[in-house]
Amino acid sequence: MVEQLLTQPRTTTDPMLPNLFRIHRVLKESYDTFTVELVSLEGYQTFPFAPGQFNMLYVFGVGEIPISISGDPLHPETLVHTTRAVGTVTKAMRELKPGDVIGVRGPFGSAWPVKEARGADVVFVAGGIGLAPLRSSLYHILSQREKYGKIVLLYGCRSPEDILFRKELEKWRARFDLEIFVTVDYANSRWHGNVGVVTKLIPKAPFDPLNTVAMVCGPEVMMRFTAIELVKRGVNPENVYLSMERNMKCAVGFCGHCQFGPTFICKNGPVYPYSQIQSWLSMWEV
Amino acid sequence: MQTFAEILKETRFFKDLNPEYIELLAGCGSNARFDPGDYIFKEGGDADTFYLIRHGQVALEVHDPRRGQIVVDTLHEDDILGWSWLFPPYKWHYSARAMSLTRGVAMDGKCLRGKCDMDTALGYELMKRFAVIMVDRLQATRLQVLNIYG
Repeated sequence: MVEQLLTQPRTTTDPMLPNLFRIHRVLKESYDTFTVELVSLEGYQTFPFAPGQFNMLYVFGVGEIPISISGDPLHPETLVHTTRAVGTVTKAMRELKPGDVIGVRGPFGSAWPVKEARGADVVFVAGGIGLAPLRSSLYHILSQREKYGKIVLLYGCRSPEDILFRKELEKWRARFDLEIFVTVDYANSRWHGNVGVVTKLIPKAPFDPLNTVAMVCGPEVMMRFTAIELVKRGVNPENVYLSMERNMKCAVGFCGHCQFGPTFICKNGPVYPYSQIQSWLSMWEV
Repeated sequence: MQTFAEILKETRFFKDLNPEYIELLAGCGSNARFDPGDYIFKEGGDADTFYLIRHGQVALEVHDPRRGQIVVDTLHEDDILGWSWLFPPYKWHYSARAMSLTRGVAMDGKCLRGKCDMDTALGYELMKRFAVIMVDRLQATRLQVLNIYG
C-alpha cells in the first residue's frame, strides 16, 4: 500500500488522503508512553501547525487514530507526536522502527489561544498524557516569553513513574521565568514532591486569576473538576480552555463520530473555551 | 515577636474569626518544629493535637505490609494537619512525616475540646471550618479513587 501511495501522483490536497512520513525516531517516555518523530517522505520541508492541533496517524494495515502534535511549532521540519500505548494502533506504532513509513493527515482542529493570552498570566494544567498536547503551546509561549505574564504549569499524574517529559520538566524548572508544580496520586516515601490530585494545586498556584488564561488538557473528568476549581479561584470561564477528545474518524466534520453538542470536536475543537461547553460537560449523553 | 493570636489571625483557617475566639484559641497553641524525616504522629497514636503548618511539607502516609509506607497526600504552608482529635476515639488514622524542615503551631486538641464544650458557638464555628477542609479533602480523595489520569 505504501509503494502504491508513493507512485500515485498527488494532484490535489485531499484531506482524506494520507501524506507519507518516515519514522525518524521512537523515544520511550515512560513504561507505557512514547514519542514518534516523523519526517516527510514527499518532499515537504516543513509541516506547519498551530499548538493544540492534531493529526490522524495511519499505521498501514492496522488503523488510523487522532493524536495531538507535541512538538515545537518553531521546528515544523520534524513532526512530533506523543501517546500512550493502549490500543491496537498505538501498540503497533510503538513497535515501528526508524525508516518505517506512516500515513499522516492533518493538521486538524482549533488551537490553544496563544495570541489571545498575550499580556496575561498563563496557567497550564495537565493530567497524565495531557501534557503532550500542551507542550507545543508551552514551546510557543516560552519562545516569546516577554509577551506573557507569569507562566505556571500544574501537572498531575498517577505516580512518579508516569511523569512525562521528565528531563524537559527538570530543565524548565531550572528557568527563573516559569513555575512548575508536579503532583502524583500516590508515591512511596522516596518521593519528595506533592501527592494529591492536580486540582489541589490550583488554590495556591502563583497567578492573578483576574488576568489569567488557563489551558487545560487531560481526561475529561480531570478537566471538568479543574475548570470548576479555576473558576472558583476567580478565572473567567471564557479564559479557561479545554482540549476535548472523542472518537474522531474523518477529522474534517463529515462522519459525525466526534459530535459534541452541536459541534464536531475534529472541526470546531479540540480546543474549546470552557464557557462554551460548560453545560455539556456534566450531561450523561451529549 | 508575633503572639500566637497574631499568627492565628493571619492563617486562612482562622481568617475572620471573632478576635475574642482567637485570643481564647491562642491559649491552646505552642510552637512546633520537625526535622526532615521526623514523624509528627503515627497511625493509631493518640490524637490530641492539630497543626497549622507555617513552613515546610508534610506527607500523610499509610503503611502497607507489602509496599511499605505509601504517601497518600501532602500538606504545605497554611494547611491544617489533623482532625482526628475532634472525634472519638481520638486516634490518628494516618501517619504524618515531615518531608522537609517543618514549622508550625501545635494546637492542643484536648484543651480545645474543653473550650468548645463550654462555648458551643465556638465549637460550631470551629466545626464549620473543619468541615470545609474535610469536604475539600474528600472531593480530592474521590478524584484520586477515580484514577482521573486514565
